[in-house]
Amino acid sequence: MPVSVASSKLIYECLKDVGVRIVSALPETWLVHLIRVAEDDRDMQLVRLAKEEEGVGISAGAHLAGVSSAMLMQNHGFLASVNGIVSCAQLYRIPLLMLISHRGEFGERDPWQTEGGGVTEHVLDALRIPHDRLDAPEHVSRRIRKAYTLAQSASRPVALLLCRDLMWEEA
Amino acid sequence: MKRLDAMEAVYADLERCVVVTIMGAVAAELQSIGHKPNFFYLQHAMGLASSMGLGIALSRPELKVVVFDGDGSILMNLGGLTTLARYRPRNLVHVVFDNESLLSVGGFPTATSTGSDIAGMAAAAGIARTSTVRELDAFTDTFRDALATDDLTTIVAKVEAVGPAGYVTDLSLLENRYQFQRFLRQTPTRP
Repeated sequence: MPVSVASSKLIYECLKDVGVRIVSALPETWLVHLIRVAEDDRDMQLVRLAKEEEGVGISAGAHLAGVSSAMLMQNHGFLASVNGIVSCAQLYRIPLLMLISHRGEFGERDPWQTEGGGVTEHVLDALRIPHDRLDAPEHVSRRIRKAYTLAQSASRPVALLLCRDLMWEEA
Repeated sequence: MKRLDAMEAVYADLERCVVVTIMGAVAAELQSIGHKPNFFYLQHAMGLASSMGLGIALSRPELKVVVFDGDGSILMNLGGLTTLARYRPRNLVHVVFDNESLLSVGGFPTATSTGSDIAGMAAAAGIARTSTVRELDAFTDTFRDALATDDLTTIVAKVEAVGPAGYVTDLSLLENRYQFQRFLRQTPTRP
């Protein structure tokens, strides 16, 4: 499975560097290494979810309790979380750091992933959620740090899209 | 049993806890008894009160966290019961007030009115300590026992489908949110 181990570790280290101590996650192919690294890290609390929207509540509770968190999900999981994002995080001004694997873009082979790819950024825009793409290793650290900073200062959700060029190493 | 009576009966016990409630009657009734800085009312996002409680409980294991949930809300996040069971926060008491209806929108019956058993589902999800109580004394005893026990507990309290006259209170959502955050920040973590 050509999911990039190096990119996954790079993303994970950046999350640690900004102070993330709780990661909620629902597995999908591109996230497997990230989730395994989180699981093996004694200083990180990994919370495996049944559905992504739970992660909004967990991050909200953690934030009010003084702990920084991040959410790992596929874009379809983001779509499934919209009410929680609106009616919990936005209504109550909760910073969310959402790392969303952006399936369904150019190069996607799984037919079932293709609809979500076309709407994800539009839904983020409709929700007024600031977002940026992670598509090359050299800007991962800077963009994660800047996204985290804005989430905290604005007390609002932000999103980073984990893109194919970063996450998938194809021969 | 009335939900208001149940919350009044354990109100003094809530002083040393962190409390997260769902929207609607639970929030309005608890505020009618008396708001405290350690109470947070999730006035929307149905289903996520239990997830918020989990987030607080994992972040601050030294605090006792109480979630006042409802049948309509938990039915929207049944998967969350499996997450609660999986992480088993020993400092979380999860109360589900089950009035078998969506009271605030006109009392439409939920699936618990036709036999769905929330305590049974919580147990089947893997939560070791679950119970259903129907009388006020049983609720008070079970709740106090859960507070005194170092384990995750889900208590389903069967209550009458009656509530307050209105649901909007004079406590603004963001005022409540920042006051609650400040309370948590000022409560020292265990050394």
